[in-house]
Amino acid sequence: MSGFKSLSWAMYLGFRRDGRAMFFSLLFPLMFLVLFGTLFGHATTAKVKVIEIGSVPVLDQAVRQGGADLAKVLTITRYADRSAALAKVGKGDQDGAVEQLGDTVTVHYSAADRVKAGTVQSIVGSIVESANVATSGRPPTFTLAAPVQVEDSSLKAIQFITPGMLGWALSSAAMFGAAQTLVSWRTKGILRRLRLSPVPIRNVFAARVTVSLGVALVQTAVFLFVAQLPMFGLKLSGSWWMSIPVVLAGVMAFLSIGMVIGAWAKTQDSAQTVIQMVIFPMVFLGGSFFPLDNAPQWLQTVSYLVPLRYLNEGMLNVMGRGLGPASALPQIGVLLAITLVASLVGIRLFRWDDS
Amino acid sequence: MSQTIVVDGLTKSYGDLRAVDGVSFAVEEGEFFGILGPNGAGKTTILEIIEGLREADGGEVSVLGLPPWPRNPALLPRIGVQLQSSSFFERLTTREQLRTFGSLYGVPATKADAMMEVVGLADKADVQVERLSGGQAQRLSIACALVHEPELVFLDEPSAALDPQARRNLWDVLRGINTEGRTIVLTTHYMDEAEILCDRVAIMDGGKILQMGPPATLVRDLDAPVRISIASGTLTEAQARELPGAAEVSDDGISLVIQTRDPSTVVSAMARMEALDGVQIHGATLEDLFLTLTGRAYRA
Repeated sequence: MSGFKSLSWAMYLGFRRDGRAMFFSLLFPLMFLVLFGTLFGHATTAKVKVIEIGSVPVLDQAVRQGGADLAKVLTITRYADRSAALAKVGKGDQDGAVEQLGDTVTVHYSAADRVKAGTVQSIVGSIVESANVATSGRPPTFTLAAPVQVEDSSLKAIQFITPGMLGWALSSAAMFGAAQTLVSWRTKGILRRLRLSPVPIRNVFAARVTVSLGVALVQTAVFLFVAQLPMFGLKLSGSWWMSIPVVLAGVMAFLSIGMVIGAWAKTQDSAQTVIQMVIFPMVFLGGSFFPLDNAPQWLQTVSYLVPLRYLNEGMLNVMGRGLGPASALPQIGVLLAITLVASLVGIRLFRWDDS
Repeated sequence: MSQTIVVDGLTKSYGDLRAVDGVSFAVEEGEFFGILGPNGAGKTTILEIIEGLREADGGEVSVLGLPPWPRNPALLPRIGVQLQSSSFFERLTTREQLRTFGSLYGVPATKADAMMEVVGLADKADVQVERLSGGQAQRLSIACALVHEPELVFLDEPSAALDPQARRNLWDVLRGINTEGRTIVLTTHYMDEAEILCDRVAIMDGGKILQMGPPATLVRDLDAPVRISIASGTLTEAQARELPGAAEVSDDGISLVIQTRDPSTVVSAMARMEALDGVQIHGATLEDLFLTLTGRAYRA
């Protein structure tokens, strides 16, 4: 393909030396990934804090027997003074207080945090239960097999932050890349110059698409690397590789949208303004900053009109949610359809020069 | 000698505007041909049609024996077009620009690099185009048009916005290219440039060619008076009017100017009176011809 290699190289150098493009397409979203990853990446439930009033032999025995497991969920503080202990619970400093009078164990809790109150009751309940079983000396009728963890449908924050921020980075790099190239090459006369060379025009487009896909793969690699660092803790699920075709289809879709904007815009400035106006609502409505599952219904409905939704969702399914490879196929289909439609519009609007 | 460009009865309209209105001319192989005219005269449209960027409404065009429209990949490597000096890939160096443009034509890197010598940019090889001066960028744009050694070269205002040194420098480059046997078509506003470089010029206005021929012939045919000026005080105005052949005399206190259509008689009379201190003799220039043909009214 004549001219393809050298034009790709020229575009690659132009991109690599463009500090602003590098910043907005890579560093800026990466900064948000680091920020959100640090803030929410390890959001797990805090331990339940319980006061032992005086001596509670049942509790002490449970701690002796299953110390390590219990210590994961329970922090026990001893108080001799009953009224001081209840005051602590009342103020919400402690989640519950346990006392034992003879064979009766009583749990005091505050309704301020119902989840923790429930946790305290059920933990103490099961401790009492197992104490009864031990006392009776008979083997329990029912036994609990070793617990099996089910893949969590309510995601750890980093699992959706990563595809969301990556989707933002990919879509803005692709749209800026296509629109800027088209406008600047047209206004500067480079398109005209290329038209006067024997290189087939499709090679010029092929070069632009190839460079953008390459940049996108680098962005993806950098994001996944950073998000998997221990401090952020992204866990890629089995079919994460399926996110590569999602990324490629998404980049093609946004390149075509960028081409429409670039063909329509008269100047670099107007192209940039339009892209900024497209990106910001799109990033919010497309689920880059918060998961759409918890969003109000109207927003979920609107999000189906936002191309970024399909890129984010496709990546999230295979990379964050741990769904199978086929789960990204509908999104890839929609992205390719967007590519087709936007390309046709872009070709119709395309102009060689400004006159 | 064969004809490199043949244009016959060319027409092109934009709406009601007849940008090119029945233009015919031919450019010989190896010729340096200039197209002159005020803004909006139709120069650019004619060039774009010849280069194959636009389709003519009517008439015939043949470039190197081939029709330029529709886009003809067999013809394109044989022509070189210099565009505005901004038509470069962003953030590439001089060397990278030339190699990229060269590779579009299959020109090896070493040959592309050699082009930097031709236009005197070898010491700017690793400078990004955004940091080149106006003259350097202009020379680079010409180098980019020449990198594939085309037989026919189109230059659009090549010396616009250059300082006098850079212009002389550029003219030397252009003459060198022409001497190698390449045909050059030049559009320009600068009459001195056309007069110095071009073998023939066509003066256009309103989409038509008004006159065509070698600059010297066109100027001579204008039959404009010659202006002889000497320092004021060498002769009085009265004495000057008495000179045989003097048509008009004026004195602004610095120079005494005599206009005449018989300069030999006037100058020999002045020589006999030993009145040639600081003499300057101005014939008509292409500019005079241009203004006579196209008028002095402002153009868009």
